[in-house]
Amino acid sequence: MMILQVQDVTKRFGGLQALTDVTFDLPEGQILGLIGPNGAGKTTLFNVINGVYAPNKGKIIFRGEDITGKPSYEVARRGLARAHQVVRPLHDLTVRENVMVGACFGREGHSLAAAADRADAALAQVGLAARADQPSGLLNVAQKKRLELARALAARPYLLLLDEVLAGLNPTEIAEMVDTILKIREEGITILMIEHVMQAVMSISDRIIVLDYGQLIAAGKPEEVAANPQVIEAYLGDPEMTARLMAE
Amino acid sequence: MNLLEINDLTSGYEGVQILWGVNLSLEKGKLTTLVGSNGVGKTTLLSTVMGLLRPWQGTVTFEGKDVTTLPAHARAKAGMVLVPEGRQLFTEMTVLENLEMGAFSPRARASYKDNLDKVFELFPRLKERAKQKAGTLSGGEQQMVAVSRGLMAEPEILFLDELSLGLSPLLALTLFESLTQLKKTGLTMLLVEQNVSMALAVSDYAYVLAEGRVHLEGPARDLLKNDEVRRTYLGI
Repeated sequence: MMILQVQDVTKRFGGLQALTDVTFDLPEGQILGLIGPNGAGKTTLFNVINGVYAPNKGKIIFRGEDITGKPSYEVARRGLARAHQVVRPLHDLTVRENVMVGACFGREGHSLAAAADRADAALAQVGLAARADQPSGLLNVAQKKRLELARALAARPYLLLLDEVLAGLNPTEIAEMVDTILKIREEGITILMIEHVMQAVMSISDRIIVLDYGQLIAAGKPEEVAANPQVIEAYLGDPEMTARLMAE
Repeated sequence: MNLLEINDLTSGYEGVQILWGVNLSLEKGKLTTLVGSNGVGKTTLLSTVMGLLRPWQGTVTFEGKDVTTLPAHARAKAGMVLVPEGRQLFTEMTVLENLEMGAFSPRARASYKDNLDKVFELFPRLKERAKQKAGTLSGGEQQMVAVSRGLMAEPEILFLDELSLGLSPLLALTLFESLTQLKKTGLTMLLVEQNVSMALAVSDYAYVLAEGRVHLEGPARDLLKNDEVRRTYLGI
């Protein structure tokens, strides 16, 4: 079953066409990697999927229902959670209290007491249980990334959007986070992830889609995508212009 | 002779280590390029070399002198000049006023007229637009102003951060061609670029940065043919 269907999504900001007719399906239980050069429109696509922006055209179908233009809080309640690229914990709250926010406003809409239990379970999932009572402001970058992930997990999502959760981590921390992501998938949660740490995203994704200048230029297995001439051009530059420079 | 030596440079932000012992040598009169995918530390390296960021460890040597602890303005005065990512023009000032701002140090001020002629020869379009507010120019023209402002500072070495970012292929070509012109004047340059193949095509020597370390280095056109470069970008 397709958990997510993105159909002909177009998004404009004034004169800038950020997304053009983006279409793809995500089957339940898979990890789908979303890659593309800087400014390709990856985060904008996430924003359209989870209701931060309404698209100018196209549809977002989640678990068979049209959620196009529905506000983010409603999308979250339906079971679509997101870990953001820029991690902004509520610094004065403890780690557990931060994660409780996810539980309260997620799919199960917990009361505070139940949310605390749900938060502890999510913290255990990401290996942050020992820090539950600390103020979140004391966490280092890798721990803040895990907190962000726990907050999304506490919403009990069917589909999890991960926006660069590996950015800023050292190689050991990346390996640990990759393990955590794989475990989350084993629990049956479908994952759509934007990632620039290529070795990692290529190794854990079932399939990869590539955005460039707001258009989907390739889709397939990681090894197919990495050998695709259009993808290579998007990452390494225009071969025709290069030839002209070489000739001079 | 090497004009700039970067030795075992380690740096980062608020407890996040970005550079893990980078070694780089820039030969005088050569165009060297530094490529690497998003977030590997290219801009961090430039900021550290320019003194905008304190290194945690390692040294930067310019013209044989250790400049590791020198403040950024002193480095600029000594001839280390940065054309920053995103241009950072004074948008409310005219093109000419932006260029005047580049010629801030006494040394650069003394040869202001000569340098202005040279810059206008390199980018004739800027002469036509000299009285126009910089913020009203197209992206490519703004990038020309940014490069020119750097040149007005009379650099011994020019650092260029993301020269072609956000530009159409043809405008990128124009700017890369201007680097070829500048190379003929004997200027030493370090280019940081996301357009890998075009950067390698105009450069003499290149370094590929991955995970905060130098992953590959060699003559630029050799790297252009090296499949390992593609692998550092695409992972497999």
